[in-house]
Amino acid sequence: MTATTTVAAPAAPDEAAAPRAVGVRRRWTEHGLLFIAPFLLVYALFLIWPLASGVGMSLSSDNISGAGGEFIGFDNYAEALRDPNVWSSMWNTVWFTILSTVPLVLTGMVLALLAHHLRVVQWLWRLSWFAPFLLPSGVVGLLFLWVIFPSDFGFADQLLASFGLHPGIGWLTDERYAMLSIVLATVWWTVGFNFLLYLAALQSIPQHLYEAAELDGAGARQRLLRITLPMLRRTTGVVVVLQVLASLKIFDQVYIMTGGGPDASTRPILQYVYQAGFTGYRIGYASAVSYIFFALIVIVSLVQLRLSRRNGEESK
Amino acid sequence: MLVAAAVLAVAWLLPLAWAFATSLKPEGETTRTPLEWIGSKITFDAYRQVWAAGDLGRWLFNTAYISVMTTLLTVTLCAMAAYGFARTDFRGRKVLYGIVLAGIMVPPQVLIAPLFAEMLQLGLVDTYWGVILPQVAVPAMVFILVKFFEGVPRELEEAAFVDGAGRWRVFWTIVMPLSRPVLAAVAIFTFISTWNNFLWPFLVTTDPNGMTLPVGLVNVQTSYGLRYAQMMASVVIAGLPLLIVFVLFQRQIVRGVAHTGLAGQ
Repeated sequence: MTATTTVAAPAAPDEAAAPRAVGVRRRWTEHGLLFIAPFLLVYALFLIWPLASGVGMSLSSDNISGAGGEFIGFDNYAEALRDPNVWSSMWNTVWFTILSTVPLVLTGMVLALLAHHLRVVQWLWRLSWFAPFLLPSGVVGLLFLWVIFPSDFGFADQLLASFGLHPGIGWLTDERYAMLSIVLATVWWTVGFNFLLYLAALQSIPQHLYEAAELDGAGARQRLLRITLPMLRRTTGVVVVLQVLASLKIFDQVYIMTGGGPDASTRPILQYVYQAGFTGYRIGYASAVSYIFFALIVIVSLVQLRLSRRNGEESK
Repeated sequence: MLVAAAVLAVAWLLPLAWAFATSLKPEGETTRTPLEWIGSKITFDAYRQVWAAGDLGRWLFNTAYISVMTTLLTVTLCAMAAYGFARTDFRGRKVLYGIVLAGIMVPPQVLIAPLFAEMLQLGLVDTYWGVILPQVAVPAMVFILVKFFEGVPRELEEAAFVDGAGRWRVFWTIVMPLSRPVLAAVAIFTFISTWNNFLWPFLVTTDPNGMTLPVGLVNVQTSYGLRYAQMMASVVIAGLPLLIVFVLFQRQIVRGVAHTGLAGQ
């Protein structure tokens, strides 16, 4: 039914136009909530509710089923802050993030620059550098655990041996190397994502900037330093933020490759949450540790927001 | 520079090539040194054995079913919500949108403990829905779609309203078809991340019959013992589907990642 059906005579064009406009305006505002309701229902059930009930749990001595616990106030938080396992796994998480972010951002940028400037066999660069990102973490973990990193007969050791270097490194079993090996596997696995973000950024730099620079006699090196790299600053900001937040959430590859060992030296905070809640059956305590981790993420996000704002002002 | 890039590209493929080479060796030769790409013969025994053991097909089906359902639901729910926020007006719209945007800050990983307790209470542990539902209401996707819908010219919709079309029809016959590129980006991104998700399916499934491929593989790895060829055959089978999808949809995936990755900020 439309507004125009109420108009009887064609003799009153002005009157016909007015209700029509009202009708259109009304259509903009009706049914809005109906479109949003299904999303909101799922969102409330599986994000807001657990977020809120988790706070309640973290204040109780709940076991795995979330029932039968008693209210114990902030005891879980106090215990967590005194728990050396919380501090060490928090540190492992931050250390992994520091170790992985730098090579992941720089390698992503370098690979994108190579692919962009070559402009040939694009499919090969994409396939080689991006394809590992499409593998499930379970597959990557098993690949590195079983055939790349075993001592002596593993591919990594054999490759070094074929260059005459000393094999026999405990890639995942020696405390000195375990975290570095996980970083190495992670860079191989996920750098393709950053590579694509940089590639997209490079492709959007206006070509006339380079043409103008060339007319002014700028060489390839100058064009890279004066145009390309400055134009990538925003993208680098985005890539760093995404990478830090992704690295802080590390769990899969560590759990599969080292189980957090040797001697908990690679155990990240999410694995400690898992151990406390799902194998230690203390879900209240696990929730408290989760929220401490959540606080870390929020702090990092806020710091990065501050930094990117300041950078934005400087570059103006 | 071309040489350097080519060397890097080949080096990047070496771990995958090694996995594949190992899977084709006779079981007794997988750990021989020094470096040897091809064993005394090339054999598909490892593939035959892991496939005959039965679980891989089941896990492949579970993963495909969960990924397809999650993708369909995510795209539908998020697109509808985004349309509601971008194009309609009602009391409380801004507050609700603020609540949804705030959710971008919440990493799902910090909710594993309370979410699992909730799943126990709802009886959804070891069900498909238990894996799917927590993954479908993604605030970042709503944000991306709202930005896109705001750019669709209002005149297109107004013309349809004047012709007597309702909201629902306008959404499905005008806005959705116009948004195909961004919807494809959201769908591809959701599909890849669901297919590869480990932590949540790992927590919420205990019955091997309901496991996804990555979770199942990790779960049985110890039962492979020292059978490296079989382990790598499983890894190849598990890794192959998305690589095939990538080869087929390379352009869309590349655009999709760039799109959602940047717009996510």
